[in-house]
Amino acid sequence: MAAVIETHELTKIYGRQKAVDHLTFEVRQGEIFGFLGPNGAGKTTTILMLLGLSEPTSGSSRVLGFDPVREPLKVKERVGFMPENIGFYDDMTGRANLRYVARLNSLPDAEAKKRIDDALEKIKLANEANKTVGAYSRGMRQRLGIAEVLIKNPKLIILDEPTMGLDPEGINSMLELIKSLSVEEGISVLLCSHLLHQTQKVCDRVGILDQGSLVAKGTIEELAGEGIQADGTKLSLENVYMRYFKEE
Amino acid sequence: MFTIFRKEIADHFNSTRFLILFCLVIGVALLTTYTVSMNLRSEISGGAKIEYLFLMLFTTSGQFFSLTQFIAFFGPLIGIIMGFDAINRERTTGTLSKLLSQPVYRDAIINAKFLAGIVTIAIMFVSLVLLLSGLGMVAIGVVPSAQEVARLAVYMLISVAYVGFWLGMAILFSIILRSIGTAALASIALWIFVSFFVGFGSGLIADVIAPADQNNPDLMLKNVRIATAIGRVSPVNLYSDATSTIMDPYRKTTKSFVLVGPMEKISMSRFDNPLSLSQSILVVAPYLTTLAALTAVFFAISYLVFMRQEVRSF
Repeated sequence: MAAVIETHELTKIYGRQKAVDHLTFEVRQGEIFGFLGPNGAGKTTTILMLLGLSEPTSGSSRVLGFDPVREPLKVKERVGFMPENIGFYDDMTGRANLRYVARLNSLPDAEAKKRIDDALEKIKLANEANKTVGAYSRGMRQRLGIAEVLIKNPKLIILDEPTMGLDPEGINSMLELIKSLSVEEGISVLLCSHLLHQTQKVCDRVGILDQGSLVAKGTIEELAGEGIQADGTKLSLENVYMRYFKEE
Repeated sequence: MFTIFRKEIADHFNSTRFLILFCLVIGVALLTTYTVSMNLRSEISGGAKIEYLFLMLFTTSGQFFSLTQFIAFFGPLIGIIMGFDAINRERTTGTLSKLLSQPVYRDAIINAKFLAGIVTIAIMFVSLVLLLSGLGMVAIGVVPSAQEVARLAVYMLISVAYVGFWLGMAILFSIILRSIGTAALASIALWIFVSFFVGFGSGLIADVIAPADQNNPDLMLKNVRIATAIGRVSPVNLYSDATSTIMDPYRKTTKSFVLVGPMEKISMSRFDNPLSLSQSILVVAPYLTTLAALTAVFFAISYLVFMRQEVRSF
């Protein structure tokens, strides 16, 4: 299948520190790609480069066939991005927040209303849509973030730590939501997280990032397969992950 | 950009702080107009009608200060209050990275914010001046002439530019400084410095360089020259000099201190005719350009800093 994200030797250097070091990977159409790694591994920096919000020091990338450095607006039109700790205008209602995003995407009002209703339905927030966001719980805010992303009708969504700060129930419903988007709507997902066991449940493939470079890539089975121990038992992804980071 | 502009405008008008500010300004203005018009009425009753009486509503001081002085002094505060958290609030709430991931150019955000501030200020000024004109007409029973209306319009234009300068400065601080509190304090500190200390300081420095001597006109002139030259660093002085000339057709120079001999004085008073509007504008033109340039410089710096800032830090 065609790739929605391709990077080639993508590198970002801040001062003397290499945040992303010759990163090459691809996300295929329709899959959920788990982008894993400890805090500070360079996940967010990579995302910012993919969206054209930060310029790579060297290397190149293509997102949905566009070069984010040259055509950031085309990328931003088509890609839904939910940042870590997503913010809303707290004094506006959930619906008003969504409407603002719709306008920023220059959707006509009638179309925007339809999409907003659809999105609110999907995230099960239709009843609370007219409350101000200030009154929302953490879980509701995260779900509203997903709705905001969906308004663009994106082919690809990039989620940065979407489950952070949620309770177990919230995490489950968030992951189910992500899974359903991928299965039912065929949206490709780049899911960034440092929480493995969650990612394991929904991701088709994962890439493990450490200090800016990709240390492992493949399906969960493949990665687990690499970790067959002497006694023949298979390692879980978590063990694989720990192995990479303990070795240093 | 229009979408952001529209939202920013709506935010300004919905915010409590704008409401408080607006009420405050209107309240003070009403009070001043009232006292001024009462004074004027008692002064002019019986006498011949003074030319440009209507403008005096805005320039003579009632109990405390005139309206133009009030705006010169508190205008900066309006600009600061509207701009000090323009960017860093979006940053702390996390909405800035969201905004940037939408298909909008980065400069659209800062342009829209600046423009929304300017338009809000303009609306505020126009409504203020209209309200007071209406009140003044009723209170002193004088209708403004076409030239007075034109002068008021120019005055409003200068005022908006002046407050826009402070808005630009506050937005610059809100971009550079991460914390909202620090940005507010920095803006207010600069405001206080420029409105008070430049005034004191220029006098002091002038006294040191060229001590004034009552008997030596050359030295006195030098003293005043140095003091005003230093004072012109401050946009507050620029603004008050410019507006007082615009609002008073009898003022032929922006200088507050003119040395004239007794004979000269007599001959001057014989030809004491008001300047036409275009002449008044000519007198203050350098002031206006400086003010506009200062505003443009601040905005340009904000623009550059904002465009170059790493998104990472958002």
